[in-house]
Amino acid sequence: MSEPPGRHAWGYEWADRDAGPVVRPYAMTGGRVVPASDRFDVVAMVVAVAGDAGYGLQPEHRAILAWCREPVAVAEVASHLDLALGVVRVLLGDLLSQGLIELYEPQQVGGLPSAGVLKAVIHGLRAL
Amino acid sequence: MDSGRSERAVPTAIKILVAGGFGAGKTTLVGAVSEIRPLQTEESLTSAGVGTDDVTGVERKSTTTVAMDFGRITIGPDIVLYLFGTPGQDRFWFLWDELALGAIGAVVLADTRRLADCFPSIDYFERRGMPFVVAVNCFDDAVSYSEGEVREALDLDVGVPLLLCDARDRASSKAVLIGLVEHVLSLTRA
Repeated sequence: MSEPPGRHAWGYEWADRDAGPVVRPYAMTGGRVVPASDRFDVVAMVVAVAGDAGYGLQPEHRAILAWCREPVAVAEVASHLDLALGVVRVLLGDLLSQGLIELYEPQQVGGLPSAGVLKAVIHGLRAL
Repeated sequence: MDSGRSERAVPTAIKILVAGGFGAGKTTLVGAVSEIRPLQTEESLTSAGVGTDDVTGVERKSTTTVAMDFGRITIGPDIVLYLFGTPGQDRFWFLWDELALGAIGAVVLADTRRLADCFPSIDYFERRGMPFVVAVNCFDDAVSYSEGEVREALDLDVGVPLLLCDARDRASSKAVLIGLVEHVLSLTRA
C-alpha cells in the first residue's frame, strides 16, 4: 500500500514559527474590523453563558469562550489569547449577538468610583 | 444588575494609565507590578491618520501593530486594577482618548535626562482634567535634581504630586500607584 499523501509529499512545512504569523490578524474575522454590536471598552467584563454550543464558531471563538468562564476584561482576553484587541472585539461581537456571552460595560465612565472603592484599592495595593 | 442575567458577581474594573516619553520606563513599571503579559493591538493606519491629511489616497492600506503595555493587579475578588501604558509615539495618540475614557487617573513617568518628553502627556491630562501624578524614574546615570527644580522645569501645578521612583522596583512602583489613588481620593473629597 502506498503512503497516504503526507506532510512531505505536499510540502506543508514550508514555514515555521520563526517566520512569524502567516495569517493576517483580521483573516479570522473574515476581514471585518468593526464588531457587530457593542463597542467593548477595554475593561468591559465579558463572561460566557453556560450551556449553549453556538453555531458557525471558529476555534478563536471557542478559545474566547473557554477563557470567559469567569468574568474577564476584554483587554485581558486579548492578552491571554495573544490576539489583537480589534480582532477580539469583532469575535466578542459575534459571541454577543449569538447570546453566548454577557457583557458588562464599566459603570464609572464619566465619573470616579466611590471613595470606598478607592480606599479598598489603596489598602489592596499596600497589602500586595 | 439586569434581571434575567446570571447572578454572578462581576468585579469592578479600575483603569489607570501610565504615560511618559519613549524609554521613560512605562514597560518596566507595568511589568514590575503586573500579573499578566502585555497586549498587542492592531490598529488601522487610517485611524492613525484621523485629523491629518497624510493618509489621503491610502485609506485601504492595511494595519499596523501597536504593542501596548498592559497590566493587571487583583485587589480582591470584587476589584481588579488594570494598567494601560499609553503609546509613546505621537502617531498613536488616537488610542489615548479611548484609553482615557473611564480611567481614574494617570501616572506620568519622567526621565530627568529628557524631561521635555513628558510635556505632551502632562498637557493631555491637564486638558482632559484627568487626575495625574508625575513619577520621576531615577535612572542610575541621571543627575539628580531637587523636587523644586523638576517642578519648575515641568511647570507643574502645585496640586499635582511629584514622586520619585525606581520603576524596576516592585515596592517603588506600587508606591507610585498608591500615590496616584490617594491623590484621586483627595480630589473626590475636595
